[in-house]
Amino acid sequence: MNRFSYQVMTGALVTALTGMYVGAAFAQTSVSPTLGRNLAAQCANCHGTNGKSVADVPSLAGQSAAMIVQKMQDYRDGKLPASIMHQLAKAYSDDQVALMADYFSKQAK
Amino acid sequence: MNSTSTRRNFVKSAGALSLLGTLASGGVTGCASLGGVAKPKVVVVGGGYGGATAAKYIAMWSEGKIDVTLVERDAQFVSCPLSNLVLGGSKTINDISVAYGGLAKYGVRHVRGDATGFDPDKKTLALADGTSLPYDRLVLSPGIDFIPDALPGLASADARGKVLAAWKAGPETVALRNQLVAMKDGGVFAIHIPKAPYRCPPGPYERACQVAWYFQQVKPKSKVIILDANEDVTSKKGLFTKAWNGQFKGLIEYRNNQDIQDVDATNNTLKMTFGEDFKADVLNVIPPMRAGNIAASSGLNNSNKRWCQVDWLTYESTAVKNVHILGDALQIAPAMPKSGHMANQHGKVCAAAIVALLTGDTVNQTPMVANTCYSFIDDKNVVHVASVHRYDAAQKTMVPIAGSGGLSVEQNVLEGVYANSWARNIWADMLT
Ligand code: HEC
Repeated sequence: MNRFSYQVMTGALVTALTGMYVGAAFAQTSVSPTLGRNLAAQCANCHGTNGKSVADVPSLAGQSAAMIVQKMQDYRDGKLPASIMHQLAKAYSDDQVALMADYFSKQAK
Repeated sequence: MNSTSTRRNFVKSAGALSLLGTLASGGVTGCASLGGVAKPKVVVVGGGYGGATAAKYIAMWSEGKIDVTLVERDAQFVSCPLSNLVLGGSKTINDISVAYGGLAKYGVRHVRGDATGFDPDKKTLALADGTSLPYDRLVLSPGIDFIPDALPGLASADARGKVLAAWKAGPETVALRNQLVAMKDGGVFAIHIPKAPYRCPPGPYERACQVAWYFQQVKPKSKVIILDANEDVTSKKGLFTKAWNGQFKGLIEYRNNQDIQDVDATNNTLKMTFGEDFKADVLNVIPPMRAGNIAASSGLNNSNKRWCQVDWLTYESTAVKNVHILGDALQIAPAMPKSGHMANQHGKVCAAAIVALLTGDTVNQTPMVANTCYSFIDDKNVVHVASVHRYDAAQKTMVPIAGSGGLSVEQNVLEGVYANSWARNIWADMLT
């Protein structure tokens, strides 16, 4: 994505998006390229900077976006056993998970 | 360049978001330098979980477009999380220390020194050695300091060296471990917990477990007494009380509503607000605390004169412009703990905002932060509490997301592995 494509957003649109979750509107509009990065930074404490783990928790960097999306849904729905991911996954919308999965899938392994 | 004019138009149209730009466009204020000659400057004070993270992420996310300096007196970071394991004996202080050298590869300059204050008009930070550092944005991650006159008996350094707090990891952690090792079998270790809010809500209870675990192995006739100024256990109550009534039965005693007036360090004695003085062989007092000294002395502690209020979109102080504050020093949002994990998350939201402000991008209006606190019951079994928070534009604060987060069902060794993994990854996330 062009790094600056979001710049065409008007002030009004920015305001309209303020305070709401990444919704369907976002999916069609050009999303700030930093949004996925910012969301994914929440995971780095446990999965490593940009998803590159240096310890026992699995890396997310370079994993397929589809796999990350699927696992996050399964954690959320209680279909995959977890010590903690089931509690975290419930906090994120499908769009947010998609943005994070896309970001991690593009990071070097 | 085409994108320059696009960007300038954008900056104008989104002026309500108070953007700052650094492009050679003129008319943009707030930066020490314009025109691409010198880069905008960010100075970060304090290399803990908040400050080190902010420094690394500002350098990394700005891709070298921002000049980042970290002011931190020590050569290496010592982690508060996991420091209770040094007291228990399953880790050494070296195991929980990481050098600051790794930040250099991101372009972060480490200045060893003590920040003493700043001039908000000239935008300079003063250091104890008489030098000063100019900034466009100042980030303070000052942690906590103890409220000076709350416990007069701990006013002297001598007294504080005897009745230890060990609530900042480092030499005091080792000194408290040494006191425990020197204590006779059959002795009493007592820990006094101040009224909330304080740094690391589950920390004192974890500490009690770690000391009990140590006693169990080598001094089984000894006792741990928790004297809590709070009405009840402030964090992970069910999980901790299960351990106290289970593997540590008879070893740990919990007492609530234990207000103290003062401490007599010569006799290792607590002056209780109600009832008899309390004497222990090893006395550990966590004094009431507030935002770190530099925040308090410069009037940033505008909540009850204890904690600092910020705009949760940028972490900019509500008291002084261009100064951002992170971590335990903050007046917390609802259900947001004072934890290292949380400070790391503050650091990233702040870093994203500062990079946006100094490069003419929009500040993210929907920031989120996630928290996890792992507590070690013994050397292997661990419990956690987790929560996720989002910005609420109407309330202008962070709110926990309903239905998310929670606690471990019970202590378990798998989370012991994950807690150690967490430590290694979060330290790397800050420092390497
Ligand atoms: C507190 C630590 C922690 C945080 C924060 C965290 N995770 Fe995890 N993650 C884990 C652990 C531990 C596992 C293993 C499953 C379990 O026990 O919950 C895991 C597993 C996963 C997996 C499965 C990986 C695989 O290869 O099987 C995915 C995907 C994942 N996490 C995504 C995320 C995303 C996305 C975030 C940020 C929103 C995140 N995690 C934040 C600790 C964490």
